[in-house]
Amino acid sequence: MSAAKIPDISKYLTRLPHIWCSGCGNGIVVGAMLRSLEKLNLEQSQVAVVSGIGCSGRAGTYLNLCGFQPTHGRALAFATGVKLGNPKLHVIVLAGDGDTLSIGGNHFIHACRRNIDVTLVLFNNSSYGMTGGQHAPTTPEGYKTTTTPYGNIDGNFDAVDLAKSSGATYIARSTIYHASQLSDLIAKGISHKGFSVIEAMTICPTQYGRMNKLGGAVEMMETLRKDAVSAKKAAGMDTDALKEKLLTGELYVKEGATEYTEAVQNVIAKAQKRRAQ
Amino acid sequence: MKRNDSIRVWTGNDACAEGAIAAGVNFFAGYPITPASEISEVLARRLPEEGRTFVQMEDEIASLSSVVGASFTGMKAMTATSGPGFSLMQENLGFAIEAEIPCVIVDVQRVGPASGVATHPSQGDIMQARWGTHGDHPIIALAPYSVRETYDLTIRAVNLAEKYRSPVLLLSDAVIGHMSENMVVPASDEIEIINRTKPKVSPEEYKPYLAVGGEVPPMASYGDGYIWHTTGIIHDETGFPCTSNPNMIDFQVRRLHDKIAFNRDDIVTVDMRQMDDAEIAVVAMGSVARSAVKAVKMARDRGIKAGLIRLVTIWPFPDEEIIQYTSQLKAFVVPELNLGQIQGQLRQTVEGRTKIVGVNRIDSKLITPEQILESIQNEVKA
Ligand SMILES: Cc1ncc(C[n+]2csc(CCOP(=O)(O)OP(=O)(O)O)c2C)c(N)n1
Repeated sequence: MSAAKIPDISKYLTRLPHIWCSGCGNGIVVGAMLRSLEKLNLEQSQVAVVSGIGCSGRAGTYLNLCGFQPTHGRALAFATGVKLGNPKLHVIVLAGDGDTLSIGGNHFIHACRRNIDVTLVLFNNSSYGMTGGQHAPTTPEGYKTTTTPYGNIDGNFDAVDLAKSSGATYIARSTIYHASQLSDLIAKGISHKGFSVIEAMTICPTQYGRMNKLGGAVEMMETLRKDAVSAKKAAGMDTDALKEKLLTGELYVKEGATEYTEAVQNVIAKAQKRRAQ
Repeated sequence: MKRNDSIRVWTGNDACAEGAIAAGVNFFAGYPITPASEISEVLARRLPEEGRTFVQMEDEIASLSSVVGASFTGMKAMTATSGPGFSLMQENLGFAIEAEIPCVIVDVQRVGPASGVATHPSQGDIMQARWGTHGDHPIIALAPYSVRETYDLTIRAVNLAEKYRSPVLLLSDAVIGHMSENMVVPASDEIEIINRTKPKVSPEEYKPYLAVGGEVPPMASYGDGYIWHTTGIIHDETGFPCTSNPNMIDFQVRRLHDKIAFNRDDIVTVDMRQMDDAEIAVVAMGSVARSAVKAVKMARDRGIKAGLIRLVTIWPFPDEEIIQYTSQLKAFVVPELNLGQIQGQLRQTVEGRTKIVGVNRIDSKLITPEQILESIQNEVKA
């Protein structure tokens, strides 16, 4: 791809420099998200970004878009109100794995269940970055964090499985190594009518990486490259070969399911019809 | 046709729901809890009839989250709950105060602490209403004492929220919420409706928190063409964090307080009865005020100069309105369904100038007029 084809995202950015550590993957996820907006050619004032609390949630602060950073874990519940309040807005949630799957786990499964037309970009760095590298519901067993100095004993969630069993209708995963795929998937998620989850595998070399001797940013990105297997390719592989792999690409798409703001409109139509009788 | 013929027999919770509709509430999110559930149930039926949105969320945290989210898009948004749910809302209440997002939270109080006694009244949330969310913050809270006043104050709560870009609390209780009274429903042209001020400047010039003193910064709705950002982090007039600027932090947090304090005369309402020559003042709110009205009458029938100070606005506390009586009074009698939450605030207000005695019940039962009368009589003799 020639450099000229990379969309210019400077109009979406404001208030830089950011606070992220060197080697942090968050900027790549944000860049991928902004390029998806540019590709879709959305009216800038018709996008609303609700962000989580965490390093990743800080992303909203750098965007020249409507948006707010409310309370830890609640971004999806706030976003539900924004979307119901103005269904024409493209509502995007940017939040971490701790924010979304731990303190906000209940809101996550219920947003999936309602199938509301909101796009969640889930920054998964396998840990809590902002508070100093504690373990998250995504930390694999045995891994070290500041609150699992002897290795993590808690089981972990797979956000994709959780989203699927909870009713999300567009689910995809990519990594910061695969930035252009990530951007395409976010664009598809935004275009999809219904709740979409795009899990963005990212890295925290400063804390999680260092504590688990995973190398610097380059080595951690290299690991993401090696671990990722596209869903298409995986279809031809046996389960043993897939054991330690990270499935990427579109992992579940269901078209035609009733979207929540439409369902609310249907209720209104029903109530008004009954009242008129 | 005007609906001046429309007399309704409503419960307080019915009146709250209908008041919300009259006030223009077009987004409601709630989670079931006794004794507030009927507000959700009525609105689940009524809001869609009016073409407006009702949603039941997964919990009270999410209820207030979605209410605040909807308000960002210009909706008049409300939720209703009781003590345990009100506790869950405290963190997001703080966000709404800091981000200055209009919304109404109805708390139909029940006996606490914890699950307490679900079906019985209490006034145990007066201090939770004031200080439940962390940090120094202002708050507005109103308390109705009848079905009709529940209707009126629900409208007023919505109006004040819009006017001051602030959450407003309506403190009802299990008696007010569940009792039935008849009331005349006012015609729509008799109802004052206040809408939030929108920016007059261009989107390029707009700053969402540009205000000084008691001013209320105009609020653009998401989708209106104004691009603006905010956060629960202390922010400057642009809505962006200012955490490395102590002067700005100080200025912005004080501005939140000034916004309410400078306008307190517009917000504070007290129902004063027979206070001109009173020697004993009963200070009461909500369901307890109903017994207080009767007690004052019984005292007057016995030749005692008693009066009533009925608090309609609880927060900000009506201190100026009360202080003017301190020198003429022998005592304040403060009946309340808690162990002295209003009384404690009154002590701060009165600063020892006048004697204060409480009449308190926490056994889930109401305070009777006779109990209050007895206290009045004791103070006359004292
Ligand atoms: C109610 C509440 N509890 C705890 C915190 C502290 N806190 C801030 S960010 C965070 C975790 C962030 O982790 P994650 O969501 O994974 O985002 P990351 O920083 O890794 O991007 C926590 C626990 C808070 N802000 N609010």
